[in-house]
Amino acid sequence: MTHMSADAYPSSGTSPRGRTPVDPVVQMTGITIRFPGVTALDDVDFRLFPGEVHALLGENGAGKSTLIKALTGVYATDSGTIWVGGAEHAFTGPAAAQDAGVSTVYQEVNLCTNLSVAENMLLGREPRRLGRIDHRGMNRRASEVLGRLGLDISPRSRLGDHPIAVQQLVAIGRAVDIEARVLVLDEPTASLDSEEVAKLFEVVRSLRSQGVAILFVSHFLEQVFAISDRMTVLRNGRIVGEHLTRDVTRLELVEEMLGRELEVLERLHREPSRQPDERRTPVLRARGLGRKGSLAPTDLDVYDGEVIGIAGLLGSGRTELARLLFGADASDSGSVEVRGRRVALRSPRRAVDHKIGFSSENRRSEGVIGDLTVAENMMLGLQAARGWLRPVPPRTRDQLVIKHLEMLDIRPANPDALMRNLSGGNQQKVLLARWLIMQPDVLLLDEPTRGIDVGAKAQIQQVVDDLAYEGMGIVFISAELEEVLRLSDRLVVMRDRHKVDEIPNTGVTTDDLMAIIAREEESARA
Amino acid sequence: MRDLARHRLFWPVLALVLLLAVNVAATPSFLQIRMQDGHLYGSLVDIARNGAPVLLVALGMTLVIATRGIDLSVGAIAAIAGAVACVHLAGSPAPASTGTAITAVTLALAVCVLLGLWNGFLVSVLGIQPIIATLVLMTAGRGLAMLVTGGQITTVNNSFFRGLGAGYLLTLPIAVLIAMAVFAVTALVTRRTALGMLVESVGVNPEASRLAGVRSRTILWTVYVFSAFCAGLAGLMIAANTSAADANNAGLWIELDAILAVVIGGTSLAGGRFSLAGTLVGALFIQTLSTTIPTIGIPAETNYLFKAVVVIAVCLLQSPKARAAVWRRRRDRSALVRAGRA
Repeated sequence: MTHMSADAYPSSGTSPRGRTPVDPVVQMTGITIRFPGVTALDDVDFRLFPGEVHALLGENGAGKSTLIKALTGVYATDSGTIWVGGAEHAFTGPAAAQDAGVSTVYQEVNLCTNLSVAENMLLGREPRRLGRIDHRGMNRRASEVLGRLGLDISPRSRLGDHPIAVQQLVAIGRAVDIEARVLVLDEPTASLDSEEVAKLFEVVRSLRSQGVAILFVSHFLEQVFAISDRMTVLRNGRIVGEHLTRDVTRLELVEEMLGRELEVLERLHREPSRQPDERRTPVLRARGLGRKGSLAPTDLDVYDGEVIGIAGLLGSGRTELARLLFGADASDSGSVEVRGRRVALRSPRRAVDHKIGFSSENRRSEGVIGDLTVAENMMLGLQAARGWLRPVPPRTRDQLVIKHLEMLDIRPANPDALMRNLSGGNQQKVLLARWLIMQPDVLLLDEPTRGIDVGAKAQIQQVVDDLAYEGMGIVFISAELEEVLRLSDRLVVMRDRHKVDEIPNTGVTTDDLMAIIAREEESARA
Repeated sequence: MRDLARHRLFWPVLALVLLLAVNVAATPSFLQIRMQDGHLYGSLVDIARNGAPVLLVALGMTLVIATRGIDLSVGAIAAIAGAVACVHLAGSPAPASTGTAITAVTLALAVCVLLGLWNGFLVSVLGIQPIIATLVLMTAGRGLAMLVTGGQITTVNNSFFRGLGAGYLLTLPIAVLIAMAVFAVTALVTRRTALGMLVESVGVNPEASRLAGVRSRTILWTVYVFSAFCAGLAGLMIAANTSAADANNAGLWIELDAILAVVIGGTSLAGGRFSLAGTLVGALFIQTLSTTIPTIGIPAETNYLFKAVVVIAVCLLQSPKARAAVWRRRRDRSALVRAGRA
């Protein structure tokens, strides 16, 4: 391999100029991007050198995709400068970024499956002869690029006839043909199996040796260590670390990604870590519950009145487990019992009938009904369970809504406010109220405190604690280990779509949890 | 005044009032209503009576559109309803009796419910896009109606049946009374039960609704059946008005008028919040427009073109974005003028 050795670059601090023979091809300084109510990127400095694979790491909401979108011209920056190839750029859109040599391949391949491979690669830039498309020239040029990528397919074949992995490589081919100096790969391996990943990496390495700078976004640590030369870690819109891959350990990375929560929240009234009484029947029991490609067969018991904390990185299977337990996705292995009776969770509706509730991590797309009012959003679950012919009587409805507005301190405390006008934290509380009104036996909470302010977070934690005290079984998923430790009686650790550990929450520290999360899977290595 | 302008019905009502004003200018006697033989007569009564089928179809369409769907098959279903009723009447031993008429109407509506179930099945169970799913019945339905009538225009002579389209009760056209009754019941059912809210919730965010436990399949099925039922009633009115079933022309293009009525009434094609009162205003607007075109001397051949221009204008008028753009333009221009003076 002839790519530039990572030695040449200082890992952080000093300017790359002067000390190294290469200047960065991308230099972003002081980038800040604000959205209503949230600062997505906060004074971020970022560099990318030619001939390196640079991994960008961080949890959901850390700012990875915002950073990419700033670089590729999708978002305008509120402040800061972007230099590409020595010239300052203020990209007005993705096309402008492409002209400057920055190409992006997104997780979802957005090409035309009914066109040929060559047509896809050269779409919009077809070679022309006498005003007509020169198909022969087009296929020749596509063949050259395919050869560069080591991809043995006919440029005339229909793109849709190839597997996703090949389509992804064609998308890369398209980017490479635009003389890309910078190639951004946004979660390129999310839908690939291990062989396909190997193929992709071969191509990435060959591009690196040709001097292309590659920005690689992935939440699979294994792959990040296998392919990258350098990495940058983002958390809450800030850069928290920049490392040479060979100088950093998994544990350090996990620590940086998950962070340590500094604010002190009020003490919870419950002594955590009561042990489950094995003689009791669990309210929810899963045995070998799994789904191909998203979760390996998993066992889990949830008892009345306990909080089970699920820790793990993004993509570890934590969300997938909750979705299977709620019937949001169909499982293809294992069984679920509710109070000792086997049930088939074919749909969320079935799960609701068995008194299971689920609050999704994707608040906007999977929770909030933006154009309905706060009251309607709160009552939706109960009303759906009763059916449309049996409306909740107006008086009961008003009582329930007012009670929960007060209990959860929702602002504005206006039942008729449109849901989409509320802040994230208040929306989350309304969604929580939706489930509380239904009085489930088990509540699955996936990242209920993500992206909301500290005050709302403390209130939600308090509610979770109270609910368990009153006897509800709760599965609490969070990327914040402090939060998981504070609330849980038992801890389940997920990694690479497997449940890897289950421990009682007695004297466990965040360091212990991080060590488990970061531990390399011997079987996966073999 | 500001609050009034912000009301969602402000623009549709304003458009209707303007249109009526144009008519009054062209025909000063336009608003006159006179009593004759115990019936009300006048242009306004005609508009209400002729607009009844469109209003009925538009009511069903409103709920379908609120779920992010669309029902193109309503015109064909209207034709089928008329065909079934007329063929039953014509073929029965007592074609003039009230009892036969009631059986015919019931039979026709039952067939429509079945057709609605078919549409609902395609959309909610098979997951076919509504525009394609209902296109099936839009084209095949006319053929079905032809099959029922045997390709003939079937004429009937039954006073009860005729009354549905052309009769009067308590001085008012029966068609108008039926349409108003369906309007009232729909408004009551959607807002007094939880149907309206669940329809909106499925329309705004189907996935979030599913995860909240909403049975969206049942909801979708319900709205398509309701839409077919309304279309059937409209078809019966159309057939009754002429005492004949014309498989080719009954309810032709009524789906487009109904969709326009819904959109003008302020219900978004993107689904979600719907307004039945808006649809009522929209249907009246469409019908008044159809009446206005010949009155103000627009040549018949440019009739559709004129209608299209007016509809586009009304839609733009309703769009806050378009209004803002026009406003900004004017402000820029006056700023330019001021700058020029300085």
